[in-house]
Amino acid sequence: MKLIWTYVKKYIGLFITGISVKLLGTLMELMIPYILEHMIDTVAPTRNLTRIIIWGIIMVAVSVATRVVNVIANKTGVRVSRLATFDIRRDLFASSIRLSGNQVDQFGLPSLTSRMTADSYNIQNFIRAVQMMGIRAPIMLIGGIAITLTMDVGLSMILCILAPIMIVIIVTISRMGIPLYKRVQTSLDKVVRVMRENITGIRVVKSLSKEDFERRRYADSNEEMTANDKRANIIMSLPGPVMTLALNIGLTLVVIIGATRVNAGVTKPGVILAFLTYFNMIMFGVMGINRLFMMASRASASAGRIEEVIIQPDDLPVLPEAEAPAPESDAFIIFDDISFGYGETLSNDSSAFAGEERQLSLDHISFEIKRGGSLGIIGATGSGKTTIINLLMRFYDPTEGHVFIDGRDIRTYEKDELRSKFGVVFQNDVVFATPLEDNIVFGRDVSAEAMRAAAEDARAAGFIEEYEDGYQHMSDIRGANFSGGQKQRILLSRALAGNPDVLILDDASSALDYKTDADLRRSIREHHSTSTSIVIAQRVSSIMYLDHILMMDEGKVLGYGTHEELLQSCPPYRDIYNTQMGEED
Amino acid sequence: MARRGMTEMKKPKDARGTFRRLLSYIADYKQILLIAIVLSFIGNVCGLISPSLAGKAINEAAAGVGKVNMDQVKYYAFRMLIFYLISSFTTIFISILMTITSKNIARKMRHDVFDKMMRLPVSYFDTNAAGDIISRVSYDIDVVCTSLSTDVVHIMTSTVTVIGSFVMMLTISPPLALIVVLTLPFCIRFTVKMRKRTQPRYRRRSASYGALNGFVEEMLSGQKTIQAYAYGNKVCEDFDKVNTEAAEAYYAADSLGSTIGPTMTMINNLSLSLIACFGSIFYMSGIASLGQISSFVLYSRRFTGPINEIANIINEIFSALSAAERVFGMLDAAEEPEDDDNAVVLSNVKGNVELQNVSFGYEPGKTILHNLSLRADAGKTIAIVGPTGGGKTTIINLLMRFYDIDSGAILVDGGDIRSYTRSSLRNAYAMVLQDTWVFNGTIFENIAYGKENATMDEVIAAAKAARIHSFIMQLPEGYQTVISEDGGNISKGQKQMLTIARAMLYDSKMLILDEATSNVDTGTERQIQAAMLQLMKGKTCFVIAHRLSTIRNADRILVVKNGDVIEQGNHTSLMAQKGFYHELYSAQFE
Repeated sequence: MKLIWTYVKKYIGLFITGISVKLLGTLMELMIPYILEHMIDTVAPTRNLTRIIIWGIIMVAVSVATRVVNVIANKTGVRVSRLATFDIRRDLFASSIRLSGNQVDQFGLPSLTSRMTADSYNIQNFIRAVQMMGIRAPIMLIGGIAITLTMDVGLSMILCILAPIMIVIIVTISRMGIPLYKRVQTSLDKVVRVMRENITGIRVVKSLSKEDFERRRYADSNEEMTANDKRANIIMSLPGPVMTLALNIGLTLVVIIGATRVNAGVTKPGVILAFLTYFNMIMFGVMGINRLFMMASRASASAGRIEEVIIQPDDLPVLPEAEAPAPESDAFIIFDDISFGYGETLSNDSSAFAGEERQLSLDHISFEIKRGGSLGIIGATGSGKTTIINLLMRFYDPTEGHVFIDGRDIRTYEKDELRSKFGVVFQNDVVFATPLEDNIVFGRDVSAEAMRAAAEDARAAGFIEEYEDGYQHMSDIRGANFSGGQKQRILLSRALAGNPDVLILDDASSALDYKTDADLRRSIREHHSTSTSIVIAQRVSSIMYLDHILMMDEGKVLGYGTHEELLQSCPPYRDIYNTQMGEED
Repeated sequence: MARRGMTEMKKPKDARGTFRRLLSYIADYKQILLIAIVLSFIGNVCGLISPSLAGKAINEAAAGVGKVNMDQVKYYAFRMLIFYLISSFTTIFISILMTITSKNIARKMRHDVFDKMMRLPVSYFDTNAAGDIISRVSYDIDVVCTSLSTDVVHIMTSTVTVIGSFVMMLTISPPLALIVVLTLPFCIRFTVKMRKRTQPRYRRRSASYGALNGFVEEMLSGQKTIQAYAYGNKVCEDFDKVNTEAAEAYYAADSLGSTIGPTMTMINNLSLSLIACFGSIFYMSGIASLGQISSFVLYSRRFTGPINEIANIINEIFSALSAAERVFGMLDAAEEPEDDDNAVVLSNVKGNVELQNVSFGYEPGKTILHNLSLRADAGKTIAIVGPTGGGKTTIINLLMRFYDIDSGAILVDGGDIRSYTRSSLRNAYAMVLQDTWVFNGTIFENIAYGKENATMDEVIAAAKAARIHSFIMQLPEGYQTVISEDGGNISKGQKQMLTIARAMLYDSKMLILDEATSNVDTGTERQIQAAMLQLMKGKTCFVIAHRLSTIRNADRILVVKNGDVIEQGNHTSLMAQKGFYHELYSAQFE
């Protein structure tokens, strides 16, 4: 709730204007019945046609003016809600996009997406409702009570006691609602997750004819969501009628006590009658407040979920240079005795691997690469190759040891500064649904020639330039209109386009045929010799010409050296080499 | 950015059809709805009787000091209380009933959307953003059902109140009632006009939310890349555009929608003004008494409440209709065509596959495969190699009938694949793809995915064969460890080994390996080679691989380039040919 207020506060001027105009509109609206009464009770009996017409015109004028005022107020309300929600979404998106690897794992993608959308809509509706109903209801409640107070203090005591109790009950129940609605949103996350899985895995699902299985799996989460949704909404629908009942019981008391007081000569019968009218007004007030609070509980559940993301601290803060250790050598990239395990900084509710004991993904790894040098990393699946990249680019911080680039601990770089040194292709990297040019240039200051040169080097220029629209050719979602190899070549173009200090290719050519792969390596050698490069590959041929090769297994170094050295000293490396290359006829 | 999620925009819209379809969802709950309406009628009547009882009690009190018959007052008060109780309990009952009903309808709609998803062709998912599809469930259905839960009953009861009050007005003073009737056409015309004006705006709102969802989904799934390139600021700028569009669409729709309430109130107040003027004139000319006029006014004021409510409800219904349209738009998307009427179940598969002069393109006019012919006899291994983008994966798409060919024929065991049911055809293949896929579930469930009722022993055997068993055992909960697509921490290679284990468990006559081991390191690959050979034994295999060592032993190798088979033969003959294959093969030693 605080979150919502923080964002609305920015538009406080508009907000207050809206509320004030709404106040005016409400008062005018309440005037109309009085004008009407006045006409019938006072003006009509005078039988003066002119006066009747004058009053009629007044009433028409007030009606029209009321509409104008209320329309302005409502539009202002919508505007504030639009502005505030826009800001909330912008900040939420900016936060989401900057979350660290750990934090993303923790939330999960479906949940992040639905916070961005479904939750922000809930807030949007609430902000709007506050401005539309937030003024009218209290006026009716307070105004009603005030008028009854002027009529008979004793009788209105019933109201004065009843109203605060009801408000307390409403507030309490609306607070109870927050966790209930939170659960609804969480189960929506699950529904979204199953949908998402089926969208990305549709080929597997269809090929195994698992449609019915998936329907059942979906039905489970759908069922859960329905149950949570029902529970939350049923509970939240109760206060309304209960409040009405309470007020009506109060009204009955008024009649009985009123009659007693009339009997005792303390009050007049007319007062009780008037009470009845104002009771209705108070009832509307209470109902309005009730509705607002019930909406508030849903909105605050959503606000809570959004806040969780926004307040995520930067769990990889920049370290002042004074506090950072200095490297012992002048190599460009230094991995100094690094150990790391995933999930160690995760809180215990992580869905993936919340185990007590996790194997270290990297176990005391050290290596150095000189400026313009190159390193190849090879090793079994899960041996920690990608983890090295994750640490080098600071998606995670190592548990032990330090990483240095260009003579500085990487923790002393601003993250964007650090990362701008890299050109990288990840495993599973993403081609976005934008024109190819945007995919390659990717927001950097890259000239058209540089882009074409990069595409040329990445062996992508050939197929791209065959399109009629060339580099303006649109990619489908997830690059679905390209083959695996084409995607990799687009990604390689992206990595090369910035002429990066450090080039990182994580299994970036696995879908390329050998010939293209060889051409690619030649281009990189010829045109990007100043880049320091790290290449992760399954094929020995992709890395054998690099300066050094790191052979890894289960987070440990099995061998480190040049290709020739490893052939001599590292039997597992020799094995791989022989399997892949040795059996030529 | 324009491409995302706007596909549904072009569809012709038919509000009445949408409304009727929405009603068909409600129709399942006819009885419940009827009960709710009857109850709410009863509740309303009780709510109206109580005040009149209160009036009687007050009349008793009017007797004056010391003369009030308290027993009589208490008698009325007691009955008042009873009616209030009845009215409150019916209200509670109705709201529970309607909540349950509307949530059931929401469940049905979510179910229908997913059910539809399962029947859509693969191409739908290649061209529609996941986020946009999902927003139908996370936003549109919610809008529809929020409106259903309250509006349906409200509109019924409001109508009852309006009609009731009108009848009362008519009995009191027909000429004055006529004035009220005069304003009705204005209300109706206004409503119709507003529907025309708001509908496109609500539509735009729903579509822009879909686009927003799609954008967010896509960007967050590429979040690591975005960070790596310090692209965040640019992406945030792009997001601002999508966000602005969403905000503007919201403002356009809702600010117009928010004028409906005040306008209806105004029309109503204007009719009150007329009543007041003419009432006074009627009084002056002796047509009506003052008492008549004031009680007439009393009833016409009872008119105001419900009319206001109806106005708001109408607005909500407009917004719900646009959201429903998007849901129905997806439900109406072209499905995978039904299997042919004479389609038979492909059984006792032998595994003879033949492509005869197959031509195909994803987009009309852009042919990818030209006149492709190939033969795979039962139990043989066919390797497909060639430069990327040459159409290798396309062949797989066609074999599995994810897409239908433009011309030519594909035969399995001598029969055209279009003469078999799709599911039996697809079931005849096991498949390991380069895009590994796991779902949120235990490792056991993920491996057993292809085989219902697989035992733990079978799963372990498959995992052992795929050399993933020891990794699994290292996990804290072994086979019961929950993994997920986006949970990180399980490497792509490990995922691929899981999918290999999945294929091993799944018994079929034909096997498709599309870069099945591209993410597995050579050491592991060699270890699982024996198991792979076991897996391939006796099956017709289609292998796409770049690691030429894995395809050297294939019975037949097809070299596909630009959609044509340019060379074919076995490894030895192709090497001897010194053609493209030879060039490719030699490249790995450069």
